[in-house]
Amino acid sequence: MRSSAGTARTILAPVLLGIALLAVWQLVIVAFDVKPFIVPGPVAIGGEFGKNISTVLAGAAVTGWNALVGLVVGAVVGILFAVLAALVRVVDELSAAVVSAVAVVPIVALAPVLYSMFGAGAETARQLVAAIAVFIPVYINTLRGLRQVRPVHRDLLHVYAASAWQTSRTVTIPGALPFIFTGLRIASSLAVISALIAEYFGGPVGGLGKSITTAASGSNYSLAWAYVLGAILVGLVFYSVTLGIERIATRHYKPAT
Amino acid sequence: MSDAFVSPAPAATTASVTPAAVEVVGVDKIFTAKKKATVTALEKVDLTVAPGEFVSLIGPSGCGKSTLLRLIADLDSPSLGSISVFGKTARQARLDQEYGIAFQQAGLLPWRTVTGNIELPLELHGVGSAARKARSAELLALVGLSDFAQSYPDQLSGGMQQRVAIARALAESPRLLLMDEPFGALDEMTRERMQTELVRITAETGAAVVFVTHSIPEAVYLSNRVVVMSPRPGRIRDVLTVSLGSAAERTEQLRENEAFFENVSRVRELLHGEAPVGIRGVETR
Repeated sequence: MRSSAGTARTILAPVLLGIALLAVWQLVIVAFDVKPFIVPGPVAIGGEFGKNISTVLAGAAVTGWNALVGLVVGAVVGILFAVLAALVRVVDELSAAVVSAVAVVPIVALAPVLYSMFGAGAETARQLVAAIAVFIPVYINTLRGLRQVRPVHRDLLHVYAASAWQTSRTVTIPGALPFIFTGLRIASSLAVISALIAEYFGGPVGGLGKSITTAASGSNYSLAWAYVLGAILVGLVFYSVTLGIERIATRHYKPAT
Repeated sequence: MSDAFVSPAPAATTASVTPAAVEVVGVDKIFTAKKKATVTALEKVDLTVAPGEFVSLIGPSGCGKSTLLRLIADLDSPSLGSISVFGKTARQARLDQEYGIAFQQAGLLPWRTVTGNIELPLELHGVGSAARKARSAELLALVGLSDFAQSYPDQLSGGMQQRVAIARALAESPRLLLMDEPFGALDEMTRERMQTELVRITAETGAAVVFVTHSIPEAVYLSNRVVVMSPRPGRIRDVLTVSLGSAAERTEQLRENEAFFENVSRVRELLHGEAPVGIRGVETR
């Protein structure tokens, strides 16, 4: 348990640092008369953000939903596939090459192809891009976790004459949970980034990515940055929620003897 | 499908005499490491453990005492010779859940409560939830942890975790307990308290115990017989019958007793005596 003074420090310190950095940023903008097309000041961005809060939120909802669908689909498929690969050696050996190939494909570059597959009016392509991006870190981390069974637990389940599925259910999968969450934490940010970038390549308007490009091409730089701020906030929400769930789910995972 | 393992099928006792809890005959165990010379962990080991008997295996590190226990538990198979547990092969005895086991590490599942950990073997073998609950409550009372039923392992001390592991080993009321240095990682005071509790528990359950340790006083205090082993290759050097009375007589006072010290000295002499080359480095306590 962290003391309240410690909690205050862990929250207060980064907040103060953030405020200080913003102040320095604004100071530099004013002092050197930096033009908004290079970079606008935080006050201007904040102003645009406040003025357009409803469109930013609407955009965040669209992009956030795409990222969430992608995250859930990618994570479920990744975990199931990893469990299968851990149980059936052949699946692992056969899929290793395919997974490595998928890992190096610039997933976002698939977006135009997917748009033509699913139609430019649907969000499916974006969700799929996010799902594929999520799949890799979740699959790799989960599989690694499933291989980390402690010898004493393996002996124990052998003594109990437990079946392969019983072993997975009671020891291997719960034991892999910290690894699964590490994968999910990486994947949560990736999902948002992928869903956002996929918007740059076409598809329906309304998301944050499209809004950023539209505002920037209309020379409305402060507004573009306000949307970027919105995207950062969506990413932070995804990351924090995943981290929160992880903390709760693995609170007793201190290595017990 | 796992139900088959718990159904208390009457043991096919062909002979009128009850079979020994453990019977080890002429067992060799040779490990072959990759590119390395073979290691003879056990050589010509014979050992019989009667039902309800407490037998300790003692010897320096690397004498194969843990290996012998793993062979009895069917966690490994002998290179030569045979092992039977209650008249069955080691494998069949494991499948029939004839024994409970505890290791040096408690090996609790950190994501399960104390109750959940104790119920694990029962759950795997298809025991109903009401019966599981009753049994775990009973076992928690036996090991004195009733107040911690809903705690998680990380909230318990090392000694408490080890007691949970013992309760788990007893879950299916086995007639044989296999224990591999279960108190090895505990401090001396906790250790002595656990020993006293183990004497009481085994007296209450009437189970036979094969207990691996490298502590001489521990072996003497707990056992009916102490099996002294020598290392490389692991052999049984001698078997000492300790006569320190029934479980009820073995209280804390026993540790101050003349007969206790006498037996400790005898085990020590057996461990050191007629020392072949390489016996130096024996841990003396």
